[in-house]
Amino acid sequence: MNGALDWHRLQFAFTIVFHYLFPQLTMGLAAIIMGLKALALRPNGEPYARAARFWVRIFGLNFAIGVVTGLPMEFQFGTNWARFSQVTGGVIGQTLALEGLFAFFLESSFLAMLVWGEDKLGPKKHFAASVALFVGSWLSGVFIVTTNAFMQHPVGYVRGADGVFALESVQALLFNPWALGQYAHNQLASLVTASFVVAAVGAFWALRDEHAEQAGLNLRVGTTVGLLAAGLVAFPTGDHQAKLVAEHQPSSLAAMEGRFESGPRATIHLIGQPNVAEHRLDNPIGVPAVLSFLAFGTFGAEVQGLDDFPVDQWPTNVELLYYSFHVMVGLGTLFIGLMGVAALFSWKGWLTRRRSLLWALLLAFPFPYIANTAGWMTAELGRQPWLVYGLLRTSEGASPTVHAGSVTFTLIGFCGLYFVLGLTFVFLVAREVVHGPTTHEVAHA
Amino acid sequence: MPELWFWMVALLLTGWAVLDGFDFGVGMLHRFVARTDDERQRSIGAIGPVWDANEVWLLAAGGSMFLAFPRLLAAGFSGLYLPVLFVVWGLIVRGTALELRSHLNDRLWRSFFDTLFVLASFEVPLLMGAALGNLVRGVPLRPDGFFDLPLFASDEPMGVVDPFTLWCGVTTVLVLAAHGASWLAWRASGPVSERASTWRRPLWGAALVAWVGALVGTRLVAKDVVEQAMSRPMTWAAVVLALVGAGLALANGSQRRQFLGGCGFIAGVLVAVVSSLFPVVLRATDPALSLTITNAASQGQSRSTGLIWWAPGILLAATWLWWILRNFRAKEAPVYGVPKS
Repeated sequence: MNGALDWHRLQFAFTIVFHYLFPQLTMGLAAIIMGLKALALRPNGEPYARAARFWVRIFGLNFAIGVVTGLPMEFQFGTNWARFSQVTGGVIGQTLALEGLFAFFLESSFLAMLVWGEDKLGPKKHFAASVALFVGSWLSGVFIVTTNAFMQHPVGYVRGADGVFALESVQALLFNPWALGQYAHNQLASLVTASFVVAAVGAFWALRDEHAEQAGLNLRVGTTVGLLAAGLVAFPTGDHQAKLVAEHQPSSLAAMEGRFESGPRATIHLIGQPNVAEHRLDNPIGVPAVLSFLAFGTFGAEVQGLDDFPVDQWPTNVELLYYSFHVMVGLGTLFIGLMGVAALFSWKGWLTRRRSLLWALLLAFPFPYIANTAGWMTAELGRQPWLVYGLLRTSEGASPTVHAGSVTFTLIGFCGLYFVLGLTFVFLVAREVVHGPTTHEVAHA
Repeated sequence: MPELWFWMVALLLTGWAVLDGFDFGVGMLHRFVARTDDERQRSIGAIGPVWDANEVWLLAAGGSMFLAFPRLLAAGFSGLYLPVLFVVWGLIVRGTALELRSHLNDRLWRSFFDTLFVLASFEVPLLMGAALGNLVRGVPLRPDGFFDLPLFASDEPMGVVDPFTLWCGVTTVLVLAAHGASWLAWRASGPVSERASTWRRPLWGAALVAWVGALVGTRLVAKDVVEQAMSRPMTWAAVVLALVGAGLALANGSQRRQFLGGCGFIAGVLVAVVSSLFPVVLRATDPALSLTITNAASQGQSRSTGLIWWAPGILLAATWLWWILRNFRAKEAPVYGVPKS
């Protein structure tokens, strides 16, 4: 560790990775719950209503932990990244304040309606509450992603002589082309997480030969949504994101691919170990020209390598960035395969008898969490060494008066707190899953 | 224009203190006024539907501060690094305890989270009060707009926690405990309400004595603030509001009026503090280095754009609170997401 800066970065990384385990499920799950509530409005829709009730309970637990672990994220802008806040607050304060006031408010108020209000509101208004919950949670995502997009690809600002950023156009900030692509990619990825979790719970009940109706329903919903979302995450949204990186952050693309030398017909590498000291990729297995095609649309396109950039503009952790990207892409590809097979079996009605496939679905649920985390690590490590790309270095953003000892202390505190929080959460969710989908009467007795 | 944002942020923070304040007070009293499991359900049920919405005001205040006065957020949060993170941990523990305590119908489980809930409900106001004390006393801002303070004033004359700020913290704890007692007396039922009623007057009495002590302390550590305050009609009006509120909170009368009196006291005290500091947002020990609404304000379109959504946003939040309070006439509500059993 190299002074306070690395501890600031490690603490933010740890707290954001832990935090994002929860919103990535709730955002996707909000969409699935809304779908279930819509299907429940049809005649004979009661099984869907029952499934929705179960998932609202899981949503509530995730939301609660998501809210409390979200608090330190807002605070750390001021505590750990004070210079960054001082300089950019005039721009990103806008989107973060919007998030705090509207989106969180919408979510917490309509979640209460969804949890309490089924008897009082009646089916249609209860469905409306699920729509509001969906809008609220996806709106949170808009404001967070536009904030991040400003850091990745700054637009809509002017910069004074003192280096302070001022907002010039809120439209430009909110409709940043980077934000649009990143948002679509990210929301679909959260839908992948939610659909894998839904399918895994269905598989769990099916393997235990219980709750046959709900097991089948969850498997059908999980695999169908999962196939759709996994496909769309890769294409067009993932592809679009890669092209944005190629265009605006060429040194990141080079590091993501472990590419040091520039040239046309660039190879895409499936496997290999970046050897930064020797400026090469060891033991590579790749396909020629495909990287050129994916990044720029033609097989002959020239793709820059890291050697084209001064070392002080390289991402600071080339190895981790390379693996984050490859883990994300590798897992994403496997997801399409798994969900393709599972959805096919589900539609044919064979799935509940294929125990091997059910086991695969059950054990697969952690991997979208890993892929989502790896995806965000790719975005954030790829942004380095900048806080605001090309304009403000990460080393210029930390709090000037907070020393390494203080941050190490609070990081250790977060580790302990989150360990207990995580255990408690896993215990409560596992208990709900083992307990299964209770009927309405029992749940509110 | 920065003046407008100054008062909007002040309004949000005051709203947070008044509204979330009684949630914290209920948390402090929770294990003492409610003894059986049923009583504790009622105690939590009395804030169950509102505490989440009440905390939104804190987030909104923080967000508005970030948007309008980024230098204040940057200097204040980094200068008070450890206490701010202790507050964050307290909010995490408290929120978790409130949300998870009723998920298991088990005595040990509930007792564990009840205790965490009580401890965190003490810790956060104690530190928030100390932070307010720091704001009034002033902090050693440097020319670059940042400061660094030791946590304790043991070796140095000034610390985040020194005799004056500690007194401010204790005062805050007492005021909010009294505020929570008024709320429980009004909104809870049965033995919880009765016990809270008997605690109400002694707590308000102690809170007012502590407050007078804090005023004397302010005169000692920040003489110029007090002198400045004396010449401002707005501060006087706020002090009158606080005194009338305190009178109502102590007097016999309807429980609703007693509670609203407490709201008036808290709002009056905070407005008095804020209006006597204006236009300073972060007082420096060297007055020339103080952050004011002019030198801490953000540039560009941020504040004018913020105005467009700020007003409807606050209106929406206030309407929601009013709607909940209206539809939550029953003296206790079902606990969040869990059978009432």
